[in-house]
Amino acid sequence: MSSRSLIGGRRDIGDIIFFNVTRLFALLSLLLMAGIIVALAIGAWPAILKFGTRFLVTQEWNPPAEQFGALVPIYGTIVTSLVALIIAVPVSFGIALFLTELSPVWLRRPLGIAIELLAAIPSIVYGMWGLLIFAPIFAQYGQPFLTATLGHIPFLGALFAGPPLGIGILAAGIILAIMIIPFIASVMRDVFDVTPAMLKESAYGVGSTTWEVVWNVVLPYTKVGVIGGIMLGLGRALGETMAVTFVIGNTNLISGISLYAPGTSITATLANEFAEATPGLYTAALMELGLILFVITLAVLVFSKLLLLRLARQEGTKT
Amino acid sequence: MQLLTQRKLVNRFALTLSLLAMSFGLVWLVWILWTTLDLGLVGLSWELFTKMTPPPGESGGLLNAIVGSIVLVGLATLLGTPIGVLSGIYIAEYGQHTWLGKTTRFVNDILLSAPSIVIGLFIYAVYVARVGKFSAISGVLALALIVIPVVVATTENMLKLIPATLREAAFALGAPKRAVILSVTLRAARAGVITGVLLAVARISGETAPLLFTALSNQFWSLDLNEPMANLPVTIFKFAMSPFADWQRIAWAGVFLITASVLGLNIITRVLFRQKHKN
Repeated sequence: MSSRSLIGGRRDIGDIIFFNVTRLFALLSLLLMAGIIVALAIGAWPAILKFGTRFLVTQEWNPPAEQFGALVPIYGTIVTSLVALIIAVPVSFGIALFLTELSPVWLRRPLGIAIELLAAIPSIVYGMWGLLIFAPIFAQYGQPFLTATLGHIPFLGALFAGPPLGIGILAAGIILAIMIIPFIASVMRDVFDVTPAMLKESAYGVGSTTWEVVWNVVLPYTKVGVIGGIMLGLGRALGETMAVTFVIGNTNLISGISLYAPGTSITATLANEFAEATPGLYTAALMELGLILFVITLAVLVFSKLLLLRLARQEGTKT
Repeated sequence: MQLLTQRKLVNRFALTLSLLAMSFGLVWLVWILWTTLDLGLVGLSWELFTKMTPPPGESGGLLNAIVGSIVLVGLATLLGTPIGVLSGIYIAEYGQHTWLGKTTRFVNDILLSAPSIVIGLFIYAVYVARVGKFSAISGVLALALIVIPVVVATTENMLKLIPATLREAAFALGAPKRAVILSVTLRAARAGVITGVLLAVARISGETAPLLFTALSNQFWSLDLNEPMANLPVTIFKFAMSPFADWQRIAWAGVFLITASVLGLNIITRVLFRQKHKN
């Protein structure tokens, strides 16, 4: 196929123009990525100069006094995303296992679509549902239950202490988990599907159970892709805005390690404060938050993509 | 023998957990959809489509927000689609083995999952801050930047599915490459590309974060692209966070509208695309 530039067919001035126009637009999306980083860095520059690395480790967020430290939102972003992964990874694995090995063939497609629809629901819907429907029920039944069970485990119990408010870091983590399950589950399903049937049949042939095949054959074979899928989910969780803004409680304070405590995340701080921020240091500090978020998610997503590409290549060489 | 029983037990246990995980996923979907229907349908009324967003305590509708959303999403799609299709064409038809093609595809995949709030910040920095005010145009720009990666990815994938023999046949007739692409491969991939555009529309219809510091919102009727424009997502955000019962009722109705159109688009595209592939 004529993939090398203009080979193939007649070649005239129109062709050269068309080729260059498409190339220009392809370049544009590269420039966009660089442009985002540069624009955010320029916007954040006053804050970077003024606070330096102190920005990352101090807690005080005081716009009138022009003192800005991003520790609370960074903490909130990382902890909610971790909670989301802890819930979403095993569930997604279960869903992928169900869809590839357990489900009757005629049910696979509808169930797969149902899970993917979870990803299509706009995050504002999750947010409103989370705040007005989920949080009250979670405070009344979920949190007392968690305190009564997990709360008694030494050390871990401290995470589930405190008044059950419903909203807070844990609620945000749970809703994030629901939102990223479809992404992780569909990557896992897809990579499980690429495991050569021969490998699986050999394992079944020597008498393995379904679980043993999945755990000892499919999972090791696809582990790179599975980690890639998890990273993709993490990238999504880190950058999710509206759902988190609704349920995290929007408090710029770390009051102990309890997951019941309200907090804030980078995205929630931006969503709540940016439009009303005064120009100058305040806006610059928020821009720096955005820059930090973008760089972190970028790193996670690049890592994820590289892993998935590696699996694809590995598959290419083996078939 | 005991070992076998134990292995079977472990298997049974793991498969039960997998079934539970599947149900866990479905429960949320059903619960959220049920809530949306239950609370959204209550708020649906003639007024919703004929009246403006009200001040607290008064009755009103979402007319300005609905129209604003349609304008923003429509313009963003018009702006983003050609850019996305052209750069998708480059990646699939010219750049499969070039540095630019490979890098663009990689970067595009990253942009697909990049946090949308950062796109809003970017447009704020390069446009809103320059012009000095929030405007519908900046909202359109932000949404267009979200449309582009979706369209690029689907265009590229769909063009790659077109068999090489089709291209070769066209080349053999002496067609120049641009004609081959525009009237043969792109035409053959049309259904797939349209799917991509519809998916992009579904994606941006619910996007709130990038509009917060660009189009902002507007309590009043305005079609001026240089002024803030009302839109459904930001209105829902404002109304849902408020303590007023009638605002929340309107917000639920808005959530119903958005969810119904987004999921509707998603299902339609799947059906369309599946039929195309069956033939």
